[in-house]
Amino acid sequence: MNTSSLLAWVLLLAPLLSAFMIWAFLKPFPFLSQIVSVGACAISFLIAIGVALGSIHEPVTINWIDIGGLTVQLGMVFDSLSKVMLLVVTGVGLMIHIYSMGYMGEDPGRSRFFAELSLFMLSMLGIVVATNFIMMYLFWELVGVSSYLLIGFWFEKPSAANAATKAFLANRIGDFGFLLGIIMFWTFTGSLMFDPSLSSYFKGHPLVTIMALLLFCGCVGKSAQIPLHVWLPDAMEGPTPVSALIHAATMVAAGVYMLCRIFFVLEQSEQALEVIAWTGGITALVAALTATQQDDIKRILAYSTMSQLGYMVMAVGSSATIAAMFHLCTHAFFKALLFLGAGSILHVLHHEQDIWKMGGLWKKMPLTFLTFFIGTCALAGVPGFSGFYSKDTILEMVGEKNKMLFWLGLFTAGLTAFYMTRLFVLTFMGAPKSEVAEHAHESPFVMGLPMVVLSFFALVGGYSVVGIEKALGTTHEAMSQAAKLNVMILSVLVGLTGVGIGAFAYWNKQKEIVIFPLFKNKFYFDELYELTLLKLQQLLAGVFAWLDEWIIGFGIVRGSAFLVSVGGELLRVFQTGNIRSYAFIFGAGAAAILVFFLISS
Amino acid sequence: MQIGLTHYLTASGILFAIGLAGIILRRDMIIIYMCLEIMLNAANLALVAFSRYNSNLSGQVLVFFVITVAAAEVAVGLALIVALFRVKHSTKAEDITLLKF
Repeated sequence: MNTSSLLAWVLLLAPLLSAFMIWAFLKPFPFLSQIVSVGACAISFLIAIGVALGSIHEPVTINWIDIGGLTVQLGMVFDSLSKVMLLVVTGVGLMIHIYSMGYMGEDPGRSRFFAELSLFMLSMLGIVVATNFIMMYLFWELVGVSSYLLIGFWFEKPSAANAATKAFLANRIGDFGFLLGIIMFWTFTGSLMFDPSLSSYFKGHPLVTIMALLLFCGCVGKSAQIPLHVWLPDAMEGPTPVSALIHAATMVAAGVYMLCRIFFVLEQSEQALEVIAWTGGITALVAALTATQQDDIKRILAYSTMSQLGYMVMAVGSSATIAAMFHLCTHAFFKALLFLGAGSILHVLHHEQDIWKMGGLWKKMPLTFLTFFIGTCALAGVPGFSGFYSKDTILEMVGEKNKMLFWLGLFTAGLTAFYMTRLFVLTFMGAPKSEVAEHAHESPFVMGLPMVVLSFFALVGGYSVVGIEKALGTTHEAMSQAAKLNVMILSVLVGLTGVGIGAFAYWNKQKEIVIFPLFKNKFYFDELYELTLLKLQQLLAGVFAWLDEWIIGFGIVRGSAFLVSVGGELLRVFQTGNIRSYAFIFGAGAAAILVFFLISS
Repeated sequence: MQIGLTHYLTASGILFAIGLAGIILRRDMIIIYMCLEIMLNAANLALVAFSRYNSNLSGQVLVFFVITVAAAEVAVGLALIVALFRVKHSTKAEDITLLKF
């Protein structure tokens, strides 16, 4: 194995080693744990840069499983898709690791926190470089586990523990579909590699739509698409850096990345693409509508994340994988930035998450204000910021394929601008609305630095000079400039309208101006699930409990014991201990046998 | 009257029945032992009778084995009875019922 190959593996080994070392040796030394974890992430980042520059090549694959027709290899794929994703994951990851050093402060469990963060980095990088379905599924489940651990980091809070379980279960449902899809793929092709040439095996096969949709299930779970989205808002119970890293920038985007990776399967079925596009579009709209009425700063951002993920999925469904990845990258920067800003606010406001108790923070926290402003502009799609470019690319591509979805996306863009303005105005502008908000102060430098770096990328990430889009490949055939300009003008108009309404409506307001119960209550998804799935599940559980208690417990287990004990009671009557009665029974028995044989012969 | 196999077997059967009845009906362990010996000897008588009837010596050889085993058994059995008598001060079968439920 040459050096380059070894270095490539260090990309995965560094976070793994860090997680193991902290878990095994460094639990009592939080400061050391921080250094190790951040160091491991930095090493991964450096290697990712090396990969992106082309100086580190794909390592030799290792044969992991080789049984009969099943061959599973551990390898790494470094193509344009994974190179960009590697840079984003490690870059944003590094920033958030640094930020966590400040945010986690004196939390007694921060060794554990950093161990779990390292574990997450390992699994996320594993997904990015995976060369085959099994390897991806392995790391896919690992991100699920680390997400579970980190959401439930403050497990002594019942809400956090419940949120962690909910996230895990919702993901499991999606992952099960994903696994079925993988098995179907293997049945079709006899291979598990991400190899576009394999598509000849199932081209035009009637079952290919089902396979594509099953594979899409994994994305629905991980990327919080309707109907499995309910876990993402609850996942905000975790520490804010976790929300930024896992539930905004990287893990939830893994679903979109996976869709791009397996696009050679999806593109075989028009119907599947249609379903994917509509799922994304509806998720984007529903999440944006919900976000307009939430009060919790992190929940607003969570719904916004869901909405943006819906955008990306919609783009994939419209065959615009490059646009989806482009938006994924810019979104990773500005959404991580927004979450870090929110975390910075929560840090100084003693975890007061209600935006109606904030206000006037621009004076007290200028750095957070400035970076949050950049993030808001990027998300709202203000021209010149990164979100504007990527969102426009998606809208253009979607518009080419499906006019309905285009208008839906455009409306969502307006909503996005509206709710972000609402959030921004209520948080930073006007007068302080509570005691804690009045005594706010700026966060420490270690938290400020990552925000500044991320805001730089949120600002310039969309420019062609930075070349994210170019690195991903040619986006699409040049549309007519006029059509492009039309989309741009429309989206700017819609965005400005949203900003205008939001600013006008919420400037200096003390409480909600108008309440839509449907949006306020998140479209009643939780209640619906409680009424249907929960009831059904309770019913099934009741039936099984009855079976267990009466058939297995009473019938089989206690029944056989009862039979044996009754038999024993009956037989013990004969055990008198008197040798003469034994002799009598023995003699009588022998005589009976004798008589029997005499009669029968 | 010619004394034949039937007579011997009848005598053997009667002896066996006497022994069995003694075991079931008597209480003293020593008597029970003696009844056991009667049953063994009934079997011996039958073996010898068949041996003579079939002109085959195997039956008589088996009788020697039975006598040997019976002697050994009596030695062990009487020792047990003596030991039990020291503990229980009785040789009645009813008094030795430790192995009931």
